[in-house]
Amino acid sequence: MSKPKLPDGFVVVVKRDCETCQTVVPVLQQLAAATDLTVYTQDDPDFPGDPAAIYDADLSVSWHYEIETVPTLIRVVEGEQVDRTFGWLRTAWEEFTGIDGLGEGLPPMRPGCGSKSVDPDLVDELNVRHGGSVLRSRRIEVADAEDEIEMMFTRGWTDGLPVVPPTEQRVLKMLTGTSRAPDEIVATVPPDLVDITVEKVAISAVMAGCLPEYMPWVLTAVEAVCNDEFNMHGLLATTMPVAPVLVCSGHGTRAIGMNSGINALGQGNRANSTIGRALQLIVRNVGGGRPGEVDRAAHGSPAKLSFCFAENDAESPFGSLAGQHGIEPGVDAITVFAGEGPRGLVDQLSRTPESLANSLAAQLQVMHHHKLVLSFDAILVIGPEHARVLAGWDRDRILFELHMRLTTPAAELERGADGIAEGIPVGMSTADLPKFHPDGLMLAYAGGGAGLFSTIIPGWVNGEMGSKPVTRQVRY
Amino acid sequence: MSTRTILDPTGERTLTERARLARPAALEGLTVGLLDISKPRGDIFLNRIEQRLSEIGANVKRYKKPTFAKPAPVDLRHEIATECHVVIEALAD
Repeated sequence: MSKPKLPDGFVVVVKRDCETCQTVVPVLQQLAAATDLTVYTQDDPDFPGDPAAIYDADLSVSWHYEIETVPTLIRVVEGEQVDRTFGWLRTAWEEFTGIDGLGEGLPPMRPGCGSKSVDPDLVDELNVRHGGSVLRSRRIEVADAEDEIEMMFTRGWTDGLPVVPPTEQRVLKMLTGTSRAPDEIVATVPPDLVDITVEKVAISAVMAGCLPEYMPWVLTAVEAVCNDEFNMHGLLATTMPVAPVLVCSGHGTRAIGMNSGINALGQGNRANSTIGRALQLIVRNVGGGRPGEVDRAAHGSPAKLSFCFAENDAESPFGSLAGQHGIEPGVDAITVFAGEGPRGLVDQLSRTPESLANSLAAQLQVMHHHKLVLSFDAILVIGPEHARVLAGWDRDRILFELHMRLTTPAAELERGADGIAEGIPVGMSTADLPKFHPDGLMLAYAGGGAGLFSTIIPGWVNGEMGSKPVTRQVRY
Repeated sequence: MSTRTILDPTGERTLTERARLARPAALEGLTVGLLDISKPRGDIFLNRIEQRLSEIGANVKRYKKPTFAKPAPVDLRHEIATECHVVIEALAD
């Protein structure tokens, strides 16, 4: 519905259910006699009666002119609002109207009341009634006898779990979480290469169960995933069990209640679970990446439902993964990584950094296959107790010590060596070969305070040949 | 009860359906492209296919994707489409 035009002169918005509005009725009579005054009433067409009012029955005037308090007095010139005052303050009204002696005998001031158009019970419905036209998506009617959750399963729009029905009310509310316009194009989503708008991101965010304040994170995740560097098409088409892993950092993770502590990589936290899920629903429903179609994973992984967690960058003794990729401390950011499900790494006896480094390196060497090197990256999520054992080593030192322990003579890696056909091509090298490229091993700090464990998130084919991790600052 | 309305979560694409070319009755005299997707041992499979196709009088051209992990570059797809009558893609391992 389009914005109604206001008549020139003074416009006042009132409601009967407001004592201040009742108090100022004599003032309105004075103004009606002396000026061009138009009165809009929100709740009772007979109020104030004298002067007569226009009934703003659908609250269209109140909603479009963002009336928060009644009475609100507006000056209109050539159909445009030029100024406004609200509540009752004699001096303000006299100055505003240029008329002295308003409301003699009334108290000099009285605060206004909440406008009916901002009543919490009505505001969502009003947003749809008057603001719904900003939404461009096709409307789908659900029959009375139809269960909308079952209907969305039937249409193939879910990841196997129920989704929240994306009603206009819910989508408009989700859009309040971002300053970006609903029709702005965010990215081109693989594999079908479909342009996605902020509105379509909001629809998937609703379905996933997000709150509006998660929107900047979901939008940033979509941008980080949908580009040639990250290669989401490859992640889908591969037979390996990989998913976009979202590692979030910065104060904003705490502001939206993300979990970086106990069970950080697990279930039970709304932000962790739904931000990653919204991204996957977008890849499925907008990009067309569905299992058995372009998604050819041999086994898949529960990580493909949602794999999103926060680093505890505030307490990390060795900075953040985002920092490893050049993001300044304190800046909210997401790193997307083509990763498999996490696997635990146990060492409960090491009490020196050297011993623990030996342990971590030995487990990293066998990732995917101990004879396959340089093809895959990894994120090592170090828990607080292991970090304490590594105390005194900063990020560069930890990485240096691990890389140093992760080289193997090429002859031991060759196809056929150790009686194992798998391995690097015979004659590929005569040197010692590192397990990882220099930037192929990444560190994150997360997890609960008890437990001498870390976790490896193994990667997929790396670099130009496959996927590169992408780090993006969160855009609000 | 009022009718409930939800918003379409899909990309709302309009699909263009294109009919496949008719399958040729014989390959003799046709140009057959063999696309290696860069998976290990794909070349072994395609070498044998090339040998068999040559024996029946097909003209074979070989192509290779830079990496199996990404879609074939558009230039490569165009090259194959303009130079060949038929293409065979080798998925290997």
